[in-house]
Amino acid sequence: MKILIAGDGKVGAALTRQLSAEGYDLMLIDSNKQVLESSQEKFDIMAVCGNCASMEVLLEAGVLDADLLIAATGADEVNLLCCLTAHGINPNIHTIARIRNPEYNKQLYLMRDIFALSFTINPEKQAAVEIERLLKFPGFLKRELFAKGRVELVELEVDAGSKLRDVSLNDLDDVVHCKVLVCAVLRNGNAIIPDGRFVLREGDRVFVTAPTNTLAVLLKNLGIITRKVSSVMLVGGGRISFYLANLLQKSGIAVQIIEKDEERCLELAGLLPSTHVIHGDASNLAILESEGISDRDAIVTLTGMDELNIFISLYGKSCGVPQIITKLGRMDNLDILRSLPIGSIISPKELCCDTIVQYVRAMQNQTGAAISLHSIADGQAEAIEFQVDETTRHRGEPLKHIKLRNNVLIAAISRDSNTEIPNGDSVFDKGDTVIVVTSSKQVIYQLNDIFA
Amino acid sequence: MNYKMVGQIIAPIMAVEAVFMLPPFVISLFDRDSRTAVAFLLTIAIIMAVAAVLWLWCRKAQKLFQAREGLVCVALGWIVVSLFGCLPFIFSGQIPNFIDALFEIVSGFSTTGASILQDVESLSRGILYWRSFSHWLGGMGILVFVLAVLPATGRGGYGMHLLRAESPGPEVGKLVPRMKQTAMILYLLYILFTLLNFLFLLFGRMPWFESICTAFGTAGTGGFSIKNNGMAGYSPYLQNVTTIFMILFGVNFNIYYMLMLRHFRSVLKNEELRLYIIVIVCSILFITLNIRGYYASLAETVRHAAFQVSSVITTTGFATTNFDQWPSFSKTVMLFLMFIGACAGSTGGGFKCGRLLLLLKTLRRNIRKVLHPQMVQVVRANGQVIDEKILDGTSSYLAAYVIIFIFSFILVSLDGFSITSNFSAVLACLNNIGPGLEAVGPTQNYASFGVISKLVLIANMLIGRLEIFPILALFSRSTWSHR
Repeated sequence: MKILIAGDGKVGAALTRQLSAEGYDLMLIDSNKQVLESSQEKFDIMAVCGNCASMEVLLEAGVLDADLLIAATGADEVNLLCCLTAHGINPNIHTIARIRNPEYNKQLYLMRDIFALSFTINPEKQAAVEIERLLKFPGFLKRELFAKGRVELVELEVDAGSKLRDVSLNDLDDVVHCKVLVCAVLRNGNAIIPDGRFVLREGDRVFVTAPTNTLAVLLKNLGIITRKVSSVMLVGGGRISFYLANLLQKSGIAVQIIEKDEERCLELAGLLPSTHVIHGDASNLAILESEGISDRDAIVTLTGMDELNIFISLYGKSCGVPQIITKLGRMDNLDILRSLPIGSIISPKELCCDTIVQYVRAMQNQTGAAISLHSIADGQAEAIEFQVDETTRHRGEPLKHIKLRNNVLIAAISRDSNTEIPNGDSVFDKGDTVIVVTSSKQVIYQLNDIFA
Repeated sequence: MNYKMVGQIIAPIMAVEAVFMLPPFVISLFDRDSRTAVAFLLTIAIIMAVAAVLWLWCRKAQKLFQAREGLVCVALGWIVVSLFGCLPFIFSGQIPNFIDALFEIVSGFSTTGASILQDVESLSRGILYWRSFSHWLGGMGILVFVLAVLPATGRGGYGMHLLRAESPGPEVGKLVPRMKQTAMILYLLYILFTLLNFLFLLFGRMPWFESICTAFGTAGTGGFSIKNNGMAGYSPYLQNVTTIFMILFGVNFNIYYMLMLRHFRSVLKNEELRLYIIVIVCSILFITLNIRGYYASLAETVRHAAFQVSSVITTTGFATTNFDQWPSFSKTVMLFLMFIGACAGSTGGGFKCGRLLLLLKTLRRNIRKVLHPQMVQVVRANGQVIDEKILDGTSSYLAAYVIIFIFSFILVSLDGFSITSNFSAVLACLNNIGPGLEAVGPTQNYASFGVISKLVLIANMLIGRLEIFPILALFSRSTWSHR
């Protein structure tokens, strides 16, 4: 399948890495020659330099025989024009546009029809939704929803005082007293898909699947107190802050935004009536102090500078804020960052990338395609949701009789409103939703790929 | 330097070479020539053993692969392939001397076609096949072949570094987004043209074994002949077929791909192709005028002129007549053609028409700049602005080329041949042509040079084929240092 990616920025580069590894024919378009050169050296792709909304450039990039165009340049309008032009030249092409301006947010569905877009994506809004979900369950570093919200995959850290420390997975039930499954462990930067004899150690990051309704029990039994978050401090007043404040306001959480640009402050204050907007430079710690950082239930750092976000998160930790969420634009040095106590890490870029990859895989394989896809463990593993249909093999057979490929694990089976954490006797049948966890080195396009 | 990653690429190159030794092995078996067959079998066993050890040792490599790894892979890959490729010559006892055997195989892989053999016809058919086949493989490139057959490996784009280092020309790009497919398209076109050439030769009643070897020699623009008198003994039809195919193989393969996609306009407007054809036509014209009276008829004169011109400009090195006996104007034209060489991205060697074009345009630009210092000017080729980096690269390529030429010329002079012989020998090896003038003329060979000269010429052939920088990179300290 041939894919054009317009805009070789952060999202473009992340998409290039993922999609070229999965074996698609990629053509990159960007107006910056240097960026394209470095991409061409790193990945097995071709590039065209120029304005992606111009017909000439699109034709040179081969829009006529392309299957998909992903427009992810910095400007929404360029993305739209690019998709519109491409669709005009080649009516069969699928188009995905990144639209991030909140002013267009309400008209997104309308625009999809007018501009014949297959899909629009808003990384900042997605990030806001993700952060809001994390804030609802403090204690987890990351939450991924599956099966219409009935199954969750959460990330936990095994710290020195954790009850999970030195527990073998066979004995896990005795500790947590509820049905959960450890589907991946990140140890020293390497993702492991563990078996029953695996013993958890301090410093491990554990990825657990559980039915949504047992999450509270899980947290309680692990000794992590769940207190409802009632006040949140957002540092930085960008788009994510706006979306997030909107969401939090609705659930009655007190929100404070610290932003250093006065005009933006005024704008935000106008848009968000029940939010406290504070004008001040967050790199000046005295401001954080005087705004009562130590009394907040959570702090979310959302400025445009990764370094500043990390620094403020560290400061928040030292002030004893229970939950910390850090936004990062670059995920290059994750190994180092993981060793810092900066709480959950959110990357709009990665979220956006996951969504698009999921769309691409669904295009590739119309039947039996993944319903959703989440990359976990720093991108080294993937959790993929599938629907069992009549073409799926091994239906109705107990799992202990089915041979799976290496590094593949069935993490949950969801039937009607019940979710089962599977054991050897579990079976899946037509209509069930199955969540599969696999190492990212192998690509699973459809459910039948998991069988050996 | 990521040694293990380099090993991971060299091991499959060796395996590919071993696989390609199977046909000559089978031919030797068929001829009941047990000595040659054993020589090939032994070589295959040695290569596979070394490749296996290398593979095991380099299994767990870090994925880091940058330009310098690409250059080293290509340079070492070619050296390794040459070292192992000369073993059948030695084991079969047909070229017992190691330096001679190495000279012969490097001349083969680099598509030079310079030989140290006095009597080619005494060789066994297995060896003759291997000699000619080395042209074919070296013409399009060994690493390109490996890229085409090996499964597309993981994440990196390291194929790009390999393609850039191995393929000739100032600007190397892919045809399609996937490196594996690019390499496959190139090889499929190459195989198709070679097959056509073979069929045309067969149609002209050339025996099938000679057709295969001649097609290999033409396709790779190599020039090893399997007859002592070169192509002179063949019919005019066969000579003309070879002339046409030599010219075809000297064209950038991207052009054929564009023809396949029906982009006729951009093919017609390709400036390098135009220059290439103009140079060929003019040279044929001038030489025909200059050598009139040397041959019986005008048709024969044109045939010989055309054959020699295309043989030299594409750096093939076949000959139908001894151009060493032509008047000095014609010989000078031939020397000039030796320098120019074929198009970038073809199987031919030399300085390349594309580079010459850029160099001339840069020169014109710089002269204008002297007259109008404030004027902003860019160099265009095929309607597109050429990046200053590429222009710089072309100029420094010329500088490196001249320096290497001078050093080699001085070293080879120690053997005491005439200046013309030495000059043309170095020119013919560095540009991968084969025959030069006087002592190394079309009817002569390189056997009389001393060991040092042969080593220098071997180095010249490799440097010429890989376009200087990969081999030079081997001698740079920063290549081998830790990051």
